[in-house]
Amino acid sequence: MLKIENLTARVAGKDILNGIDLSINAGEVHAIMGPNGSGKSTLAQVLAGREDYEITGGRVTFDGQDLLALKPEERARAGLFLGFQYPVEIPGVNNVYLLKAALNAKRKAAGLPEVDAYEFLALIKQKMKFMEMSETFLTRGVNEGFSGGEKKRNEILQMLVLEPKLAILDETDSGLDIDALKIVAKGVNSLRDPKRAVVLVTHYQRLLDYIVPDQVHVLSGGRILKSGDKSLAFELEERGYDWVKASRVA
Amino acid sequence: MASKPSEVEALIGQKYRHGFVTDIESDSLPPGLNEDVVAAISRKKNEPQFLLDWRLEAYRHWQTMQEPTWAHVHYKPIDYQDISYYSAPRAPVNAPKSLDEVDPKLLATYAKLGIPLHERARLAGVAVDAVFDSVSVATTFKDKLAKAGVIFCSFSEAVHNHPELIEQYLGSVVPAGDNFFAALNSAVFSDGSFVYVPRGVRCPMELSTYFRINAAKTGQFERTLIIAAEGATVSYLEGCTAPMRDENQLHAAVVELVALDDATIKYSTVQNWYPGDENGIGGIYNFVTKRGECRGRNAKISWTQVETGSAITWKYPSCVLKGEGSIGEFYSVAVANHYQQADTGTKMIHVGRNTKSTIVSKGISAGHAENTYRGQVKILPSAEGARNFTQCDSLLMGGACAAHTFPYMEVKNPTATVEHEASTSKIGEDQLFYCLQRGITAEDAVNMIVSGFCKVVFKELPMEFAVEAQNLLCVSLEGSVG
Repeated sequence: MLKIENLTARVAGKDILNGIDLSINAGEVHAIMGPNGSGKSTLAQVLAGREDYEITGGRVTFDGQDLLALKPEERARAGLFLGFQYPVEIPGVNNVYLLKAALNAKRKAAGLPEVDAYEFLALIKQKMKFMEMSETFLTRGVNEGFSGGEKKRNEILQMLVLEPKLAILDETDSGLDIDALKIVAKGVNSLRDPKRAVVLVTHYQRLLDYIVPDQVHVLSGGRILKSGDKSLAFELEERGYDWVKASRVA
Repeated sequence: MASKPSEVEALIGQKYRHGFVTDIESDSLPPGLNEDVVAAISRKKNEPQFLLDWRLEAYRHWQTMQEPTWAHVHYKPIDYQDISYYSAPRAPVNAPKSLDEVDPKLLATYAKLGIPLHERARLAGVAVDAVFDSVSVATTFKDKLAKAGVIFCSFSEAVHNHPELIEQYLGSVVPAGDNFFAALNSAVFSDGSFVYVPRGVRCPMELSTYFRINAAKTGQFERTLIIAAEGATVSYLEGCTAPMRDENQLHAAVVELVALDDATIKYSTVQNWYPGDENGIGGIYNFVTKRGECRGRNAKISWTQVETGSAITWKYPSCVLKGEGSIGEFYSVAVANHYQQADTGTKMIHVGRNTKSTIVSKGISAGHAENTYRGQVKILPSAEGARNFTQCDSLLMGGACAAHTFPYMEVKNPTATVEHEASTSKIGEDQLFYCLQRGITAEDAVNMIVSGFCKVVFKELPMEFAVEAQNLLCVSLEGSVG
């Protein structure tokens, strides 16, 4: 579904990604782990189409399409979803209004009729219940005054409504208490499907107790240093990232 | 997103939708201004002597005054002798008695603007006193209003039918010599609207006037006077549009509001005068004096404005809070795009005890525009326990525009509470990217973010107009992505 070949990117004159190769098939969950500053978030942002990053080389195909040639909104409509590490507040814009606009933009691009307000309300209420969110979220501004955990839960809610083919979740687990983490994991797991794929960007193995990945990759210095199955995450937890770097040099 | 200026420019270059000229023979005075012209205007309107005297006094005062230069706006000097001070569409009879008698071309003009003259029209329930250049051509809903005892008519009609009210209230809030543009207006005003809501009456519908400047090289000088007697309530909406012309046109209006004991006046403006083209050529100079006086106890005057038009806006709707416990409010969205310049804000003058005022100003700048908030909060020694809250937020779209905030505060009573909050933000790339990542187009995203920014002001507008204002905002800013 997603194929990244020798991708290099820089921001403000600094090379961040130094040749990423990664292949993700439908039905798979991949975890990308790595220390701070390793390029994890950059990779997520580049895939979503953030313009602050300059792509200096390589190619990315998504469902056979040249992903890098698409605008951010086209990538989204094609089924790529980014769960933001720091979801931004948009004061005065209703949370549900934004989500409805997003869903309809996607449906329109797919040649489907727009959902009307009633259908949408029923849909979102059901998803909110699943995510154990209070109905006050219906009337609040986008992430306006949300706690860190509420913002993350809201990202997953958006994901559940938009039903992306490929969800990239950038440190969705950071700042969550254990109960919230379980709810977020429940949301992600509910979307697991032979036709979809999930990329979890995370620091910690903890999330992977609840969302079990098919593959784990260790990113450091803008390269994938090591890949393996879920046991790699446990090993990392035990031995730290320096172990990977050291073993690579050796 | 700043990395793609060409796309941004293309989207900003939204054309003005109301730019067309109605071909009607005008009965105009030749350009120029002197006492004879002032007298001619008064004569054309068959005015009583007191009004002529008032005009002449204003004119003489105006001659001694200097055009103000303190506003943060720049324009070539205006040649006041090159302006025609009177222009009326020539009608078969003096004034049309009903819509059937109104020139069909005029009605077509209104139709293009989407102005609801007919009861069945979109904004059913709104009485419109439409001012076409200088003469009111049609007024609706008069009967229903008359039954409630509300007087809603053109200023000229009021001069003839209710001269005692005019004599009592005209210039009582904005004196003839108040400022340069107000003095000019007082000398040459040709028409406008008049509202009187008697004691204890809640006006049964929203009142609305659409102003439209049509004839070339004619300044428009309307005069609006609204009086709410004890316990009366009225909501008034003014909407403005002007056709596209290369030369700049002058618009110097005066609005006076008087609220007596327990009366409430809500005055909403959606101003969409021609702003000039994307190179800053043409457009309306909008130099307007608007002031309300809460003359009685617990009176309330609320100004809400959405200003998207005009090349230059110079406008400070104000409240003089004389009555004990009276309330003044100012909610404003001012948009400046391309080379527009807006210097707008309010004055809240606290005179009475326990008077309260609220100021919420939202300025949006795009292109090369300059957007200035200028506000004054003045608490006089007599205003025991007065309170003010001011909030000014600016939103910048792109790197070439500017926002300025000049809050003036003068507090002469130690028991007063004055709060001021201000913020300036760029349309965040983070906000924009967030929306894009959810599949929303840049245009829709900007509209959404801007509407969110303005929400607290739009909430103050009557429902139908809130929708219109929102649409207008979208048109004015389409694609102005920073």
